[in-house]
Amino acid sequence: MAEVRFGKAINLALADALEQDPAVFLFGEDIATVGGPFGATRGLHERFGDRVRDTPISEAALANAAVGAALSGLKPVLEIMFMDFMTLTMDALVNQAAKARYMFGGQASVPMVVRTPHGGGISAGPQHSQCLEAWFAHVPGLKVLCPSNPADAYGLLRSAIADPDPVVFVENKALYAMKGELLEQPEIIPIGKARILRQGSDVTVVSYGAAVHIVERAASQLAEQGLEVEVLDLRSIQPWDEAAVMESLSRTHRLLIVHEAVEAFGVGAEIAARIGEVGFDELDAPILRVAAPFVPVPFAPSLEKAYQPDAEAVIAAVRKLCA
Amino acid sequence: MTMRKNAELLELYEGMYLIRQVELRLGRLFADGEVPGFIHLSIGQEAIATGVASVLRPDDTLASTHRGHGHALAKGVDLDRFFMELMAREGGMCKGRGGSMHVADLSIGMLGANAIVGASIPIALGSALAHQVRGVDAVAVAFFGDGAMAEGTLHESLNMAALWKLPLVFVCENNGWAEFSPTSTQFVAALDKLAKAFGIAYEKADGRDVQAVSKASERAVKAARSGKGPRVLEFTTHRFRGHYEGDPQKYRSADELSRLGEHDPLVLLESQLIKTGVMEAELKHLREGVDVRVEAAVERARRGGAPDFEAGRADVYTQMGAA
Repeated sequence: MAEVRFGKAINLALADALEQDPAVFLFGEDIATVGGPFGATRGLHERFGDRVRDTPISEAALANAAVGAALSGLKPVLEIMFMDFMTLTMDALVNQAAKARYMFGGQASVPMVVRTPHGGGISAGPQHSQCLEAWFAHVPGLKVLCPSNPADAYGLLRSAIADPDPVVFVENKALYAMKGELLEQPEIIPIGKARILRQGSDVTVVSYGAAVHIVERAASQLAEQGLEVEVLDLRSIQPWDEAAVMESLSRTHRLLIVHEAVEAFGVGAEIAARIGEVGFDELDAPILRVAAPFVPVPFAPSLEKAYQPDAEAVIAAVRKLCA
Repeated sequence: MTMRKNAELLELYEGMYLIRQVELRLGRLFADGEVPGFIHLSIGQEAIATGVASVLRPDDTLASTHRGHGHALAKGVDLDRFFMELMAREGGMCKGRGGSMHVADLSIGMLGANAIVGASIPIALGSALAHQVRGVDAVAVAFFGDGAMAEGTLHESLNMAALWKLPLVFVCENNGWAEFSPTSTQFVAALDKLAKAFGIAYEKADGRDVQAVSKASERAVKAARSGKGPRVLEFTTHRFRGHYEGDPQKYRSADELSRLGEHDPLVLLESQLIKTGVMEAELKHLREGVDVRVEAAVERARRGGAPDFEAGRADVYTQMGAA
């Protein structure tokens, strides 16, 4: 057991995958020589040579190249420097990677991973801060993961690289420096399995990524006020663990969903709609969401603070559910 | 002209005639409502698909376009499964889920026709990257039309292919039309100058002449296979039909349409073969053999069962849940 930062856990997962499978290939802008803008790939080029490759700034062709490479025997792991730049990869992901297996009659799998950081809080402005994971979760054929801590980052990334299907692996920028325990032989975490981080009997709060930590802070404060919150970390957004949410709801009968992404048409909207259908009898209150407003992510620290969902908003929503 | 040379030419003739006959048959089936959706025929362009594929090995890969029937047939896809796909049968190569614009057979390196203009290029780039990283001497071919020259993916891919010396052959089928518009009204650069700008060797040949196509392709593929990096080939050709079947083609002059027959690659090859001493009766015998194969495939496709929607759900992902 050692304490490692989130970014280091990513680095270790990539190194172990490269070590164990000669088909694994890393490429992306500034990932080799520099080691990536957040240092996640530092030292890998030195260790694995040309299997860790710097690329030109050509996101559209790179993502399509990942598809072609995956159809020709590699397991490419592409880094897209900010999730905002994923807009340039949409054809490759939506029309090519997501469709190939179904559209070709099950002939082929597309074992590729696109790693990309999302999230605000560092005054990076409207084009370097967005959380766009719901777009990808909406496309049949793609899987979407978003870890909240170093151990999950390691375990989920290993699963993503080993997975035969295209995976969008989302890393919240605010988490890269976060420290957490990682076993000597770190655990591989299956795709599609949520985890209960804190048990509680009054409200189920479902979250993922960095928002999980906001929820945990809120839960601690609410406990002092006598409200017991059950905190569920989804870890996997597509597929998401409906059974785990239902199981928790069957004990709490109240559901709140929290994410940093825009609320409208988001991941929370899908979960709320689905639980509204299959879990209606369990509900003692309307399902609530705490998420970002329908506004671009602003630059000024004061504006961004006003934009981002915080523990106070979570506390207010929980109190409303339990009123 | 040697016997061996004659045998090779006759093989090319048979390949070209197969594409012609398949597409003429598809045109009639489409008009009769037996082929749903819409189809883009490559009639007039058969010498390019046939000539390029004639120098490829089974482990070489190619990515194709929306006008991709010829590329698929030349690479050797099964005729029965091809017609079943176009006629929306369960036995189709894509189980009736892809149709004309997605014919693919990964087992022979046919990475798929593609409905997105310009997507074939970076997908082939990725395939070439896989060949390079895996250390095999296979070559990838990117087919694209002149309409795709204005797509950013071409420019991004020329750059990366040259940068990494990838075993990739760019094949432009220049028929002068970008869907419904003359390419001259849409694109100010020229492919030879583009190739030069990226330091890639370029060769142009008459796309009506299968021998010229085959020789140019042989040089390009040999160079790419021996580690000399990418090559660009441009073949001038004529699109005998509309952008799609049923296209009234009001944008083309009566004069151009009436003179298309002068550019028929099959007529050209027939005259070349007759000059070398091949008897017309031999060509007729060859054509009749192909006609029989095509009709038999159509009949088998007619008898094929409809695809099953529920069975298809299992192919959206290779594996759902835990890896």
